[in-house]
Amino acid sequence: MTSTDSEAPDRAPHKVRSDTPFFVGLFLLSGVYLFLIVAMILANSAYTSVDIFARTLASPEIRYAIKLSLITCSVTTILSLWVATALGYCMSRFEFRGKSLLDSVLDIPIVLPPLVIGLSLLILFRSGPGIWFENLFVALTGYRITYAIPGVILAQFMVACAFAVRTMRATFDEIPARCEHVALTLGCSRSQAFWSVSLPEARRGLLVAATLAWARSLGEFGPILIFAGATRMKTEVMPTSVFLQMSIGDIESAVAVSMLMILAAMAVLVVVRLWGTESYVR
Amino acid sequence: MIALQDVSVQAGAFRLNRISLHIPTGEYGILMGKTGCGKTTLLEAICGLKRVVSGTITLGDRDVTRLKPAERGIGFVPQDKALFSTMTVYEHLAFALRIRNWDDHALDTRVCELAELLGISALLTRRPYGLSGGESQRVALGRALSAHPHVLCLDEPLSALDEDTRQEICDLLATIQTQLGVTVLHITHDPHEATRLAQHIFRLEEGVIRSSTLDSRDTTAPQQLRN
Repeated sequence: MTSTDSEAPDRAPHKVRSDTPFFVGLFLLSGVYLFLIVAMILANSAYTSVDIFARTLASPEIRYAIKLSLITCSVTTILSLWVATALGYCMSRFEFRGKSLLDSVLDIPIVLPPLVIGLSLLILFRSGPGIWFENLFVALTGYRITYAIPGVILAQFMVACAFAVRTMRATFDEIPARCEHVALTLGCSRSQAFWSVSLPEARRGLLVAATLAWARSLGEFGPILIFAGATRMKTEVMPTSVFLQMSIGDIESAVAVSMLMILAAMAVLVVVRLWGTESYVR
Repeated sequence: MIALQDVSVQAGAFRLNRISLHIPTGEYGILMGKTGCGKTTLLEAICGLKRVVSGTITLGDRDVTRLKPAERGIGFVPQDKALFSTMTVYEHLAFALRIRNWDDHALDTRVCELAELLGISALLTRRPYGLSGGESQRVALGRALSAHPHVLCLDEPLSALDEDTRQEICDLLATIQTQLGVTVLHITHDPHEATRLAQHIFRLEEGVIRSSTLDSRDTTAPQQLRN
């Protein structure tokens, strides 16, 4: 045998192992989670009935909570979109010293436990500048912030906005700055280039950010409980209703309100999938 | 006229030092050089999109070195064309005119005139999605030309086009320059494009510009290329 023969690769046909175990593994791992999601929703819907639904919806407290949830979530979403668009744009377009630190700060509301956010807000509004700001707010609007509806909005905003910022930053990252550069050469100021080119290009991201912010606000509970309280017909939003109904042992009503929240979340998802995809692909 | 006098440009860690070039009014300059040598950076500095550390950039009879991109009177076509996905072809051609508050009638006349020159009249209601490479390039050119710029900056406008389309756009560029009398700076890697269009050729090599002026354009070059 020559040295060339001894180093020659095996000339036998190359056999590849079956792909079945790989696909079975993928299917099992994905399936377990998907099954849990669907089973959870099914269990909820099996637990309630049309009668319980009707009784729950007839309650003035629950109707107030639904109304307050819809209003506060919408206000939070609008506020979040303004802030998230500005912050997302800055983080995507500009390089500056301390950018990575700012990036980490923006993640704080996402990683902090919700209760801690509520507590921190409460402590802030019990400090000198916080009291001054609240007094100013009362003087201007006639409403208090802590333990009042503006507090509900602020508590929702602190968390929801962080998710909107992440989405808007990713959106602007995907839009080439080149389009804005061209707009600048065509006669635009930075502001005109932003409003006429970048923002319309970001419409899909805006929709997704709005949805995320709205859905996060709808589910927010911990910060609201600590910062705005859980007073019936005052600062009671839908998650608060679930908590209050549970605490008085009315699990059926709690489940009915939960189902409403699930339906609202699913409706939002469907709208985003249909509208978002259509407007993007055109 | 496009004139750069000892221009130094800083773009992140990359820097171009003391670059000078001159293209007389209404003439066609081609800038060539290896990938990464700074051609696009230089073009963007002329457009006002990159910071000029020192030196002067003169467009026409104006020193534009410190002017904003919007005030330079240039048309810019980037390599990726950067069409606006939310706008129709009509809106692309009307964009610079709307910014300048043209009245609707004058704007419509200008858009139709440009669309005819560029052969895109049938596409005015379309959006960029689904346009061919050649059509997109015509739209990008129309958008850049609509407000009557004195200077046109083109960054590899013929790359990523098939041979026939490349020939068409090449002819179109020559027509535009002749008809509109615009001064052009065009970046390319392709020597055939250069000999077909250029009156002045600049090579950016190791941070230095070497220039040559051609007596006449070699209009047979594209045919030779095709054979």
